[in-house]
Amino acid sequence: MTTHAAEEARKPLQAWSLPKDAVGNIALPSRWPEQVTREWAWGGATGKGIRVCILDSGIDGAHPLVGELESAVTVSLDEDENIVVEEDTEGDLAGHGTACAGIVRALAPECSIASIRVLGKGFTGSGTVLLAGLRYAVEQGFHVINMSLSTTKKPFAAALHDLADNAYFQRSVLVASAHNMPVESYPWRFSSVISVGSHEEEDPFTFFYNPSPPVEFFGRGVRVRAAWIGGKSVTASGNSFATPHVAAICALILSKHPELTPFQVKNVLYLTASNVGGAE
Amino acid sequence: MTSDNDVRAAVAAGVVGSGDAYRELLAAIVEVARSIFGAKASSILLLDEDTEELVFEAVVGEGEGDLLGMRFPAGHGIAGWVLATRTPLVIEDVRSDPRFATDVAEGTGYVPSGLMAAPLLHEERALGVLEVLDRPEQSAFSLAEMDLLGLFANQAAIAVDLLLRARQAERLLDGRDDELASVARLASIVAELQDERREAGIRLLGELADTLGGKR
Repeated sequence: MTTHAAEEARKPLQAWSLPKDAVGNIALPSRWPEQVTREWAWGGATGKGIRVCILDSGIDGAHPLVGELESAVTVSLDEDENIVVEEDTEGDLAGHGTACAGIVRALAPECSIASIRVLGKGFTGSGTVLLAGLRYAVEQGFHVINMSLSTTKKPFAAALHDLADNAYFQRSVLVASAHNMPVESYPWRFSSVISVGSHEEEDPFTFFYNPSPPVEFFGRGVRVRAAWIGGKSVTASGNSFATPHVAAICALILSKHPELTPFQVKNVLYLTASNVGGAE
Repeated sequence: MTSDNDVRAAVAAGVVGSGDAYRELLAAIVEVARSIFGAKASSILLLDEDTEELVFEAVVGEGEGDLLGMRFPAGHGIAGWVLATRTPLVIEDVRSDPRFATDVAEGTGYVPSGLMAAPLLHEERALGVLEVLDRPEQSAFSLAEMDLLGLFANQAAIAVDLLLRARQAERLLDGRDDELASVARLASIVAELQDERREAGIRLLGELADTLGGKR
């Protein structure tokens, strides 16, 4: 046995229980008010200090509605099917990632936005690339990960599930689009994820809790004015545009209450949803 | 003829020409989609997995004459995004940006100002994309239309799956047995005949079989 292994062996095993004298160790840093309101949840917040990652088609960082990016990488497979993560010099190849970034920037103007491009270099390995991109995002410790995409490939479901749980336990809030069509896809169906569908209201801060999951929240996703490649704007519809609205609200909540876990963020979203008491 | 060959001949009879029928079905789907949405054009693009390109398989409306059969890399543009993410998308008010919908624009010079696109999903596979271009500007898009688009895409995906199966079966038959393909063509022709000509055709084939193979 090596010295290191011997040391490991002497350490007491992590027991998932709470002895009486350890209750103080898990004291919560703050108490929530009797009624959680939007004012308490994110009043005055700008997203400052929060790192949001957009896992998508890339982002046009020169777009005036997006602003400077923290970083931009592209994830792809090389000829031997190895994952390659490199600096993204191409920007957005479709427009969608730029739209998502612009929506986040509009609602949480001072958050930091990073781009992980998982689309654009061939499609045979797209499930593998999506998985690698998400793994990279989780490893980088982003506070909020916006995923306006999903995969229908069942073989990827288990690995995505593990990743979603890892994100959840290490305090990365994973916000994912529910599918617009009645198909089985992942990762939005996992309960460790904040899943988002669309409503037709025009207020970007209107969002609803759905008491009949798997879709848990509805955000603004119809006729959204959004940034697009080439410095343009378009009017866009789809769950993939509802998702960055909710991701941005999560960023606001976390910038005001950085101690919150993803479980607590989801609770705050529930309590401040437009069809629940705290929306006033 | 062995019973195995009987089966193969029957399969071949069903396959030959069915690709054309499924292509007609795709054309009918885009025609109905365009009409229901009051759009200027509609198209179905199929993914060619070997070349990673999207191919216009059915087109109606603007660009109809030029786009059919045209290919472009599947990794770019809105159709590529929809295919890769398997997620429908509606983009409007684009206002003449040629980088938008480059697939259509490069082929025809026609630059749509808006499009709806949905993936053609069959089981775990994304087979292609259904596009509806330039809905009337005065009608605001709603979630009900997104649902309708999804329904069309599901129907188109079934037709595309059948088309791909037919093509695969045709390739198999062509590769394995030219003589069998001839039999299949003959069976297909007889199946198309009407009334007396059909009866005569079947009688003739029966006598041919008796002559060649002896009565069983």
